[in-house]
Amino acid sequence: MRSGVTIFPGSNCDRDIIVALKNITGKAPIKMWHKDTEFPNLDLIVIPGGFSFGDYLRCGALAARSPVVKNIKNHISRGGAVLGICNGFQILIEAGILPGSLIRNKKLLFTCRDTVLEIQDTIISPFLSGLKKEHHLNIPVAHNEGNFFASETLLNELKNDGRIAFKYIKEVNNDIDYNPNGSSNDIAGILSKNGRVLGMMPHPERAINNLYGGTDGLKFLTKSFEQIIG
Amino acid sequence: MKVIVNISLKEGVLDPEGKAIKTSLSNLGFENLNDVRTGKQIILNFANLEENEAVLEAKKMCEDLLVNTVIEKYKINILRN
Repeated sequence: MRSGVTIFPGSNCDRDIIVALKNITGKAPIKMWHKDTEFPNLDLIVIPGGFSFGDYLRCGALAARSPVVKNIKNHISRGGAVLGICNGFQILIEAGILPGSLIRNKKLLFTCRDTVLEIQDTIISPFLSGLKKEHHLNIPVAHNEGNFFASETLLNELKNDGRIAFKYIKEVNNDIDYNPNGSSNDIAGILSKNGRVLGMMPHPERAINNLYGGTDGLKFLTKSFEQIIG
Repeated sequence: MKVIVNISLKEGVLDPEGKAIKTSLSNLGFENLNDVRTGKQIILNFANLEENEAVLEAKKMCEDLLVNTVIEKYKINILRN
């Protein structure tokens, strides 16, 4: 699989996803510096987490207007797959690639902990079709602005079109607030209309080894990559 | 010439920062508040533009970058010395 990882000033999860991509596919992704515009055709572009441009103005706002984003849009129009994780999800929304908005966490706290994700019924998507719906994923979040906000109309549209990928759900015997940020309808990730762009707040690249506390991220990424090249 | 852009959250959009400020104010005894809403101000210092041109330019800047029109609204004012 030919993949690329975008890097903005302030990205800080780029190395983790590069390691994950290399371990899973056996091939290192290319690094896509935000100012660069010439890249080979790719199967997958990952926009990693972090604090691009110091979260100035709004999270992801400045990154979404970077030169590299034009390349991401061309890649999408060719049918390429894009995975935006955390700040990457914020950037996809700010770039107008995914709808809605990600606002301050309801309790005003930066939240860094495990969450349980329920896989939703979606349109055909390489990111979801390899996963079994009944198996929940344990993947951590780490963010301050992950509260998905949208009009009722958009929320209904996303639901009816099968574009909600993941929801935070309550685990049995677990009292802590299962929704880490107050997100509308417990939404943790959404898809583009063609199902080939996924934005998600949880960090799969932080759950790829038991030493990190789990391997559900590895499972999710491995299945996704199989589908993307499949 | 300076143009001031005031950006605030639309009605109905949760403003947790405003809520926290309201709580803190009531702890200090300021009880006459229904609500506190926060926002931000951006001052644009234009060179060599007529007022109406500067306002148009500022409006375009708001739509293109400065404002997330999904959740925010804005007001443009000219700062006259």
